[in-house]
Amino acid sequence: MEELLLQKPGEKIILLGNEAIVRGALEEGVNFVSTYPGTPASEIGNTFFKIAPKAGVYFEFSTNEKVALEAGIGASFSGLKTLVAMKNFGLNVALDALFPFVYTGSKGPTVIIVADDPSCHSSAQSEENSRFIVEAAHIPVLEPADPQECKDFVKLGFQISERFNIPVIIRTTTRVAHQKMPVILGEIKTSKDKTQKGEFVKDVKRFVTLPPRVLEMKKELLDKIEKIREFSESLLKSAPTNQKIGIITSGISYLYVMEALGELNIDLPVLKLDFFYPLAEKKIKNFIKKLKRILVVEELEPYLEKEVARLAKEANCNLEIIGKELLPATGELRPEIVTQALAKFANKKLNIQYHPKLNIPVPKRSPQLCPGCPYWFVVSAIKKAVDVNKVIFGGEIGCYMLFGNSPVNLQDYLSCMGSSVGIAHGIKKATGQKLITFVGDSSFFHAGIPALINAVNNRSNPLVIILDNQTTAMTGHQPHPGAPVTPNGIKIENIVQACGVKNLKVIDPINQEEFVKTIKEFLEKPEVSVIISRRPCKFVVKK
Amino acid sequence: MVISGVGGQGLITLLQIIAQAAADEGYEVRTSELHGLSQRGGSVEVHIRFGKKIYSPIVSSAQANLILGLEMQEALKASYYAGSKTDFLINQFIQIIPLVKNLNEKEISDSLKKISKNINIIPADKICQEKLGNSVVAGIYLISWATFRKLIPIRPVAILNAIKKIIPEKYLELNVKAFELARD
Ligand SMILES: Cc1ncc(C[n+]2csc(CCOP(=O)(O)OP(=O)(O)O)c2C)c(N)n1
Ligand code: SF4
Repeated sequence: MEELLLQKPGEKIILLGNEAIVRGALEEGVNFVSTYPGTPASEIGNTFFKIAPKAGVYFEFSTNEKVALEAGIGASFSGLKTLVAMKNFGLNVALDALFPFVYTGSKGPTVIIVADDPSCHSSAQSEENSRFIVEAAHIPVLEPADPQECKDFVKLGFQISERFNIPVIIRTTTRVAHQKMPVILGEIKTSKDKTQKGEFVKDVKRFVTLPPRVLEMKKELLDKIEKIREFSESLLKSAPTNQKIGIITSGISYLYVMEALGELNIDLPVLKLDFFYPLAEKKIKNFIKKLKRILVVEELEPYLEKEVARLAKEANCNLEIIGKELLPATGELRPEIVTQALAKFANKKLNIQYHPKLNIPVPKRSPQLCPGCPYWFVVSAIKKAVDVNKVIFGGEIGCYMLFGNSPVNLQDYLSCMGSSVGIAHGIKKATGQKLITFVGDSSFFHAGIPALINAVNNRSNPLVIILDNQTTAMTGHQPHPGAPVTPNGIKIENIVQACGVKNLKVIDPINQEEFVKTIKEFLEKPEVSVIISRRPCKFVVKK
Repeated sequence: MVISGVGGQGLITLLQIIAQAAADEGYEVRTSELHGLSQRGGSVEVHIRFGKKIYSPIVSSAQANLILGLEMQEALKASYYAGSKTDFLINQFIQIIPLVKNLNEKEISDSLKKISKNINIIPADKICQEKLGNSVVAGIYLISWATFRKLIPIRPVAILNAIKKIIPEKYLELNVKAFELARD
């Protein structure tokens, strides 16, 4: 990890996509970094957490992605070079702060990393494609294909942000963020002022979005985007236009396309887009002008395909556009999927028998709570205390979503972070059924508190079990406000009390008798009850 | 090549060693790994590709040169990447999956033989436990075994140097012993 700080321009070291992002930010002289963990973006925060003091960078794990972005906005308004990182779901949480930030624009150059996870390798709740953001928020988005591009695009992102005063998103996907390759190092720019003190210079016209100014800002933003579009045109490498068929692609899909062309031994023109937004429309039109057919290779929803169709109306209305007919809209692409699509598209015979058939099914190894996990005691207490068929169990995002797997089987709904309590309230209002809902400590701070207040204020009576394992375990054991880097975090019981919860107990789940008794007692209460189950994750070392 | 196993078997370290050795030998290298749930005892599968020109970081179905299975059922699962020319190198070790019907060694090897003729099943856990008193280095033993027998086209010395670069001082001696043990 220390090697990320090597001042050896020109040397190559093997880096993970996420490490290359860190390195790119360091080479640009980043001052301020904030994040909330989420795979496949987590290593960005984990790495800064370790090296920030040495690198002279301010770093924080924020309480959630919205406050992470807001912290970044404040730093940017004060002139600091700022990086904010999150996974796709985090973008949803941060959206409310993002829109006005694109309007005001950045002052200190700002890059936002958003990591998507096609195939949901490490995501439970949806296969989100963050590309939707561009139409809604008009924010430039760059899509790297590999670690080298991760580093280069972060640097480019900062340069665009500096030049056009606009935050820039770098959108990665799991196979980019968790890809390794040798990356060529550049020079680390050490910030001139080691104290990284920025200065907020009052500028009402710039930072206050209040009608009627906000509408002027929107107009200015749209003008800005057209200027960035010209810049994106100037950067895009044209592809040859001497053939009848061609390919347009970006990000990881580009690597699969190149692999497939080699596999099929064919040579087709490939237009690889680095900017997903704003698109280099002129160059795309020029590329498709003489083509008969084009294959758009992209993962998940056909955003690019639709854009190409729109541009083809002006540039070549006879163009046959092929995309999702040959490629799936669900699940990540893989080289063999692209090879087969390309073979059909180019009318090439393919003599490979993919996916050999097995004569026996391989049993599935589903992930489990670790042996020795404190949550086992919670599960055991619940099974002793209630008839699990007569109680609804609310699930949440964290290690404890493994409660949904056999043999535990205590999960009747699962949605986004913080939602288990919110949904529990709705179910309790709608039915008279008994309900126990789980929420992790990090998730409670992240988004559980407003939901708890809502249940108290609007008077329902779920039993909320806060699983206080003193860490954000699922994503790699990052600290949170209740278990910060320095001891003496904010006490969850104080928050719960302040929310007006009367039935509250903090229990070490190893005390089974007390836990069982309290569950039984609290399930009969007419108001919200909370058990804080406090026992550290076995990976948390007591400081 | 693809390495498959279960969480906690150190697959990412093996990937780092091979990637470093291949890069040092002048090849282009790309790898792919998955983080997250795999740490909780789930299946883990990592990909390493090296050669003159490499684009995709993941191996195509049916195209793996080598599948290294640190657990036998996981090796069978990774046969998605196997074709008739694929070499299998498999640790003779089964980690039981609770509550379901597990496969035994014979079922697994019979099934694999229908895909490829080149199936090597080696009791690496046992050998390392007996000779070195510790089976955690079974993976190192196997990648070294594969290198000495040219299943991985990298010079053994490059693997050794990569081990020295990547394994922390504390554990280095044990790992180098596992490497040497695989020589014959
Ligand atoms: C908005 C959002 N941000 C981040 C994540 C990624 N994520 C999944 S689980 C988790 C950690 C939850 O921690 P905690 O609630 O303490 O539960 P634990 O894993 O410790 O049991 C995070 C951050 C997510 N799913 N959604
Ligand atoms: S990482 Fe910690 S909280 Fe998660 S399952 Fe393992 S012991 Fe439990």
